[in-house]
Amino acid sequence: MNAIIQFADSQASRLLRFPAHSIAGLAGTSLKHEHLSAILAERPAYGFFEVHAENYMGAGGPPHRALESVRRDYPISLHGVCMSIGGPQRIDVAHLGRFAALVERYEPALVSEHLAWSTHETTYFNDLLPLPYTEATLARVADHIGEVQEAIRRPILLENPSTYVLFRDSTMSETDFIRELARRSGCGLLLDVNNVFVSATNHGFSALDYLSDFPLERVGEIHLAGHAEQSDDEGERLLIDSHDGPVADAVWTLFDIVADRRGPIPTLVEWDSKIPDWSVLKAEAMAAQAILDRHAQTFVFGSTHAAR
Amino acid sequence: MLPADISSRDPREKPSYGAAFSGALIDPERATPNCVAGPNGKTATKRYNVYRNNVTVSLIEALASIYPAVQRITGAEFFRAMARFHVRANPPRSPLLFEYGRDFPDFIERYEYAQSVPWLGDVARIERAWLDCYHAADAEPLSATALGSVPADRLAKLVFLPHPAVRIVRSSFSAVSIFAANRNEEQTDQIQADDPEDALITRPAHDVVVRHLPAGGATFLTRLIEGSPLAVAVSAALEVAPIFDLSASMAGMIDAGVFTTINDGDPQ
Repeated sequence: MNAIIQFADSQASRLLRFPAHSIAGLAGTSLKHEHLSAILAERPAYGFFEVHAENYMGAGGPPHRALESVRRDYPISLHGVCMSIGGPQRIDVAHLGRFAALVERYEPALVSEHLAWSTHETTYFNDLLPLPYTEATLARVADHIGEVQEAIRRPILLENPSTYVLFRDSTMSETDFIRELARRSGCGLLLDVNNVFVSATNHGFSALDYLSDFPLERVGEIHLAGHAEQSDDEGERLLIDSHDGPVADAVWTLFDIVADRRGPIPTLVEWDSKIPDWSVLKAEAMAAQAILDRHAQTFVFGSTHAAR
Repeated sequence: MLPADISSRDPREKPSYGAAFSGALIDPERATPNCVAGPNGKTATKRYNVYRNNVTVSLIEALASIYPAVQRITGAEFFRAMARFHVRANPPRSPLLFEYGRDFPDFIERYEYAQSVPWLGDVARIERAWLDCYHAADAEPLSATALGSVPADRLAKLVFLPHPAVRIVRSSFSAVSIFAANRNEEQTDQIQADDPEDALITRPAHDVVVRHLPAGGATFLTRLIEGSPLAVAVSAALEVAPIFDLSASMAGMIDAGVFTTINDGDPQ
């Protein structure tokens, strides 16, 4: 009896590590606790699940039991939401420690964070806030990514943001900033196609031009999600990255173009608010899988872009 | 390449956009920061308000998800107004939202418009304890067999180690009944609100369980959790409640998984 309880020592826990499921070419979904029983009952044959790291930073209890159960059968993607990598202040080392512990514990196939920030001094704002694109912020954010990657001993994928404002101070484009950030820090990129569409609409640039400028060769994951529509002070269309509905047709089209250029890389459908039945979210992921599979056939021979 | 005023600056100097951008996020009295604009320099008031709205609404929703029974009692509109005051006065200090709102029960008790519902703060305390119990570390609860194997002459000095998930909330009101009825979305009009009730919140197996402790139970368990020997805890319980039932309480605490291990003073 006691021997089993004492299994928590490091030697024994290494024996309990999870299987190495491949995530290459798969479509996945956000893991929502509302869907957990449906997923565990159905046990879909393939796919992956992405979790927000912060939801699993409690010491124990049902969240970890659920994630262990999902992780045994599927690859997972660990998506950090509040590291404040894009902020002007130092990374919170306690938070980074918790993040590194999750990477160690769950051996995720993908690890990602945002080009954004959410904490100022000690206040946590629970939103992905924007930053000016300057030499100064580039140097600082590259340092932050380096610090995170050192702590977790692997590269992260950094996600392009959706934004509603521009900084008067910015001296470079978002794509130039991201390309240089990836070059300096060695990080990979998470291309959120919905964010590209939202920002392009909000700031009046071409989403296709953005994708042409984006360093697609560094992309290790794609995000798709739904957005909502409002208007700005002049009554012009302002899109909100709301994750509360199906992926828009325009975003599917952009995704098809990216998959054509980049091949079948892991693609996630996010849905975080007004969460539908599992069958609805699963259907979105299957639509993404169909597009990935179609492009997989053209990438099958001698592709240098194939995901691991 | 870069404008002179930017490139001449030390690139490692701490940029100031954190304060400039965040200052007005939860303060509706403050103007849109000057550092931001729409495309071609156009006004960004409604654009900046997207961030303001995201911050305030998401934090109100975080409180609503921690305190669903409180929201059911007050109604959504009342709850959101109350939560908005709290969010603006006490935004989170940690990125872990399941840690947020520890001071919300005290805030509710002081909230001017909630004075007619004096038990609301205690219901909130049970909900906060529920979430702490939910996220607490895993541990194997003490078994009845382990307790039963202690020789009778050692029982008085027995000391118990609490399970990381155990919480006790004491109330001068019927907070446990009101909590339970509202979490289960039951009728509440038959509940006598002013019978004092103590809650024991534990996670004996996988799920959080909230129990209504019998007379003396909270004193008994609180003493044991603090590390007092069994005999001391029993005396304390009998002092506050002469009808305190020791054997029922011992059986209940094993069933609820209040403790993980015992120490009978034997150095083994």
